Amino acid sequence: MQNHSIQVIGLQKSYKQLQVLKGVDFEVEKGSIFALLGSNGAGKTTVVKILTTLLKPDSGTVTVHGFNVVSKPEHVRQVISLTGQFAAVDEILTGRENLIMISKLRHLKNPHQVADELLKRFGLTDAADRRVSTYSGGMRRRLDIALSLVGKPQIIFFDEPTTGLDPESRIEVWKIVKELSDGGTTVFLTTQYLEEAEQLADQIAILHEGRIIANGTLSELKMLFPSPKVEYVEKQPTLEEIFLAIVGKKEDK
Amino acid sequence: MEGTKKHFFNDLSVMLGRSMRHISRSMDTIITVTIMPIGFMLLFVYVLGGAIQTGTDNYVNYLLPGILLIAIASGIAYTALRLFIDVQGGIFERFHTMPISRSTLLWGHVLSSLVSNALSVVIIIIVALIMGFRSPAGILSWLAVTGILALFTLALSWIAIIPGLSAKSVDGAGAFSYPILFLPFISSAFVPTESMPSVVRAFAENQPVTSIVESIRALLSGYSVDNDIWVALAWCVGIVLVAYFFAMRMYKKRV
Ligand SMILES: Nc1ncnc2c1ncn2[C@@H]1O[C@H](COP(=O)(O)OP(=O)(O)OP(=O)(O)O)[C@@H](O)[C@H]1O
Ligand SMILES: [Mg+2]
Repeated sequence: MQNHSIQVIGLQKSYKQLQVLKGVDFEVEKGSIFALLGSNGAGKTTVVKILTTLLKPDSGTVTVHGFNVVSKPEHVRQVISLTGQFAAVDEILTGRENLIMISKLRHLKNPHQVADELLKRFGLTDAADRRVSTYSGGMRRRLDIALSLVGKPQIIFFDEPTTGLDPESRIEVWKIVKELSDGGTTVFLTTQYLEEAEQLADQIAILHEGRIIANGTLSELKMLFPSPKVEYVEKQPTLEEIFLAIVGKKEDK
Repeated sequence: MEGTKKHFFNDLSVMLGRSMRHISRSMDTIITVTIMPIGFMLLFVYVLGGAIQTGTDNYVNYLLPGILLIAIASGIAYTALRLFIDVQGGIFERFHTMPISRSTLLWGHVLSSLVSNALSVVIIIIVALIMGFRSPAGILSWLAVTGILALFTLALSWIAIIPGLSAKSVDGAGAFSYPILFLPFISSAFVPTESMPSVVRAFAENQPVTSIVESIRALLSGYSVDNDIWVALAWCVGIVLVAYFFAMRMYKKRV
């Protein structure tokens, strides 16, 4: 089988007249962490929805785990899971019931055991039998991520997994993402935080005005940045500076 | 490749279990649904009943079928509302990224609608018994009544799926039930159609509620049912098929 978990070629998508994606290309290697970076409204969620079969592309070819998302959505759904931008949990059920429900829908043999393990792993054992509507934002996000891990999907999508979390919970999420990747799972995440991409990703792509304007490892991206001028103190550019430099250059044209 | 078809019944039972938990945790909605029909029953029997000539000595008996239909018509507003909340929240999005047969998501709502409406119907029948409702109907007649009510609920539930999927607001999701609520009033549910002006009468005698009311009334009174029951069944089955077709088409277009 191919080495690419995800392959996107010439992807276009419009909402009515608004053209959001104008030809997006990228590839994600198996087992890697890929970060799609972009400001508000850049189209990150749109890309995620297309990759996870929630939305149909207007044109272009998108394959996930070797399956075309348009012609083989059922196959794609067997190997992915999504932690969306907004928590996708059942508020009326308890945390445990949520996990058991998803385990049953994934047709696992021992839903109760799976639920117990994930509750423990995510520090939700004490809150397991409380309704999710009583959970804090951080607990909800943790449960949301736990639900995405049920059945050990090979490719996991996170759409802005740490937006709205306090620094402590954010670090916790980072840890989970790294663990997943260490275990061989391919992780696709979107973020507005450059630091997050810098911390986590093996590969970073910047989505701006409907196209990928930069794509590579952190060090590759750093090379795109004009080499530091001779100053008294030589300074490494941060991703933020690179981002602004690239975006600025495009807009100058 | 495991097909989603293979897991249809497993997935459906998970969805139904989920909806039933939702209902059991909001029992107040079932009570709310019964309040208005019980109010109408009290109003018609104790306030207006003396002035209404139906040709029967027990007006509660005459009234009950229509009251049950009103209860179901108001109950399905919650069916639409529960679906609307699911669609708006992220949980449907999660289900849609999973290898689940899509129609089970809607069937879960429809089946739980059947259960919650059955509970409302039972509560109202108990109140009616207290108010003097009596029926000589045997077990077979009761089964037939149950079947007609279930089919009616099924038809209205599939109708409810459409606003549940397409509404823009909570109020919008429930508003569709008002016109349906009115149908029993322009039928033979409360007064015989003979007393109505000709245009209204023509409408009343040819709309689904009248045939359903007449069949249930005949079954509960122990009379033999005539043609009405076939008309009633045809209406219900027809509405189920049409509403199912449009609901599924709308659902497929959305996702
Ligand atoms: N269903 C829709 N109908 C019309 N326009 C939409 C729809 N969904 C998104 N858009 C528009 O498409 C653009 C991209 O949206 P998208 O949600 O993909 O951005 P994003 O990068 O995820 O932004 P954010 O960081 O705010 O989550 C935005 O301008 C948005 O307003
Ligand atoms: Mg987004």
